[in-house]
Amino acid sequence: MNRHILSILVENQSGVLSKVSGLFTRRGYNIDSLSVGETESPDISRMTITLRRGEQDVEQIKKQLNKLIDVIKVIELKKEDSVCRELLLIKVKADIKTRADIIGISGIFKASIVDVGKESLILELTGASEKADAFIEILKPYGILECHRTGITALKRENS
Amino acid sequence: MWKAAELFISFKGVFYVKGREMKMIASDAIIKSLEREGVDIIFGYSGAAVCPIYESLRRSGIKHILVRQEQSAAHNANGYARISGKAGVCIVTSGPGATNILTGIATAYMDSVPMVIITGQVGSKFIGKDVFQEIDTVGTTASFTKHNYLVKNAKDLPKIIKEAFYIARTGRPGPVLIDIPLDIQKQQIDFNYPTTIDIRGYRPVTVGHGRQIERAIKKIKESERPVVCAGGGVLLSDASKELREFIKKVNLPTVVTLMGIGSVETNSENYYGMVGSHGQGYANRIISQSDLIIAIGTRIADRSTISQSARDTAMIHIDIDAAEIGKNLDVDIPVVGDAKNILNVLIEKTEFTVSDEWLREVREIKDSYTQGEQDYKGMNPRRAIKFVSDITDDSVILIGDVGQNQMWCARNFEIRGDRRFLTSGGLGTMGCSLPISIGAKIGAPDRTVISVMGDGGLQMLISELGVVRENGLDIKIILFNNQRLGMVRELQEKQYGKGCIHGVVFEHSPDFVKIAEGFGLKGTRVISNEEFERVFKDSLNMDEAFFIEVTVDPDFSTI
Repeated sequence: MNRHILSILVENQSGVLSKVSGLFTRRGYNIDSLSVGETESPDISRMTITLRRGEQDVEQIKKQLNKLIDVIKVIELKKEDSVCRELLLIKVKADIKTRADIIGISGIFKASIVDVGKESLILELTGASEKADAFIEILKPYGILECHRTGITALKRENS
Repeated sequence: MWKAAELFISFKGVFYVKGREMKMIASDAIIKSLEREGVDIIFGYSGAAVCPIYESLRRSGIKHILVRQEQSAAHNANGYARISGKAGVCIVTSGPGATNILTGIATAYMDSVPMVIITGQVGSKFIGKDVFQEIDTVGTTASFTKHNYLVKNAKDLPKIIKEAFYIARTGRPGPVLIDIPLDIQKQQIDFNYPTTIDIRGYRPVTVGHGRQIERAIKKIKESERPVVCAGGGVLLSDASKELREFIKKVNLPTVVTLMGIGSVETNSENYYGMVGSHGQGYANRIISQSDLIIAIGTRIADRSTISQSARDTAMIHIDIDAAEIGKNLDVDIPVVGDAKNILNVLIEKTEFTVSDEWLREVREIKDSYTQGEQDYKGMNPRRAIKFVSDITDDSVILIGDVGQNQMWCARNFEIRGDRRFLTSGGLGTMGCSLPISIGAKIGAPDRTVISVMGDGGLQMLISELGVVRENGLDIKIILFNNQRLGMVRELQEKQYGKGCIHGVVFEHSPDFVKIAEGFGLKGTRVISNEEFERVFKDSLNMDEAFFIEVTVDPDFSTI
């Protein structure tokens, strides 16, 4: 089962998020990640949902989404012709001995250090999900205290 | 243009008229909007959170049917909509009013019945505070309404009502709910009913794709053993006439689903019964022998058995809901659109008939299954339905409940002319027959309406007998009383062995005829077919409701 990315334009109204997410629950589909935000028009929001299902299930969920009155458009984004990004905030244990190491790793990953404490650092990383995965993996030995990923946000490229 | 007299009589709340806009109380605007949609009857139950709407309703020309339990309001609207072709309208209050009507809304949703439900809601500033009679109606009904609204601004009401009716009636029909907080109902708004509609997220496809229809025709022509399977969508699209013409022209063997009963006349040469777990054996056999199924207006539901027996058969699927195509079975040629439109194109463009060899084969299959009714000494409910079918006219409406009585009806009620058979096919809601028949009778006062129920179903909404009496509705009610839940009894014995039944027997049953009489209806109890036939025949000559309790052997089987 491959990961599919659905980009859904919806009416920017209260209750729409629960209608969309409720549809996934009701039809028995798990959402891997979901991100929502306003688009260039304030009355339209874009939801990016990723899920792992077979082609047929994804076809069905697209049709079911299209049936929701508040859903304006459903587009499936292919990885190769879209830009997919995720934001990761991660709080890592960092004392005098490990701090320099972690800062070094952050440099390699082009992550920013957004908070420095006596015993921890908060790092911010933007990029493809795989990059975030790798970053988390590398930091694990230092001790991850907290971690938050936004889920994928994506836009289709112009020439695709 | 507004007439002065109309303004004076209908709207105490009118302040002034400016151009085409009128200032009025939102509750008046709600009723006015309903009038604009052609609503002349509302099924409902009053309550604290809908008092302003009821006051406006009182001052309007719209008739109100007071049900005895909110669930029935939706069933009334269901029967009314399916017979009149208009959207049914219900109004109930917040909290328990809303939760009671849920089953009725879900019943309508599963059978794609157009309906607009207005629920009262607690005042806007109390929402989320768990106040008296508050429930999250929009959240609760989201998964079984076609769409729903929580009104936040009174000025949006006309637009929302206009949209609700449009959504309920068009595309694949369904229930649409509007939840209106109490304070919103009391606000002053400028009433200006929209004349156009534009919902960017809703563009139902009605006309079938030309290429796909051509491919479908080619496929039918090339197939050797085609069969049509007609579902409830044919009736919802008012396409029975077109379907009958099409299958006659091409000489296509046709089976129906439970919801499709009524689309084809049962005495038609092309008719080969109902498919499904409780359908005719030959209908299922024909499906499994076919090399092409032309499914029209059916979602290939699990109970229709096509989903099991037709895994490898080629399939053309005509449905207005794209999401139904390919949901349960792989489809070779999908045609999205309205059945009536598409059938008209098919009639116009098909110039061939099905091979005689296949027709001979299907006739042989049918003959091999047709066995005489077993000689049964006691009261035979199947024979009773056959009798009802034989002596009633070509426009009779029969409403089956859920369970054994439903299948006795489905299998023995003949379709002739524009007869209709209504039942809860998708949700299987026990007790719905009586309230659906009330709605059907109101939708078609001149047609004979017969409600068939079991004793389990009747006891669920028995209080609706009061509505029958109160409104002087001439409905013939047939109760098959076997003092148990016959179909579940059968299911339990089949799964766990003879005698392994639990929770299906009513150790005490009331005197149903006395109850009917208590509600002011005439009725009688019969214990033999001869008696039933005499009593039922007599009842047809009466211009009022009649209740017939038929004592049935508890072991009498469904099929």
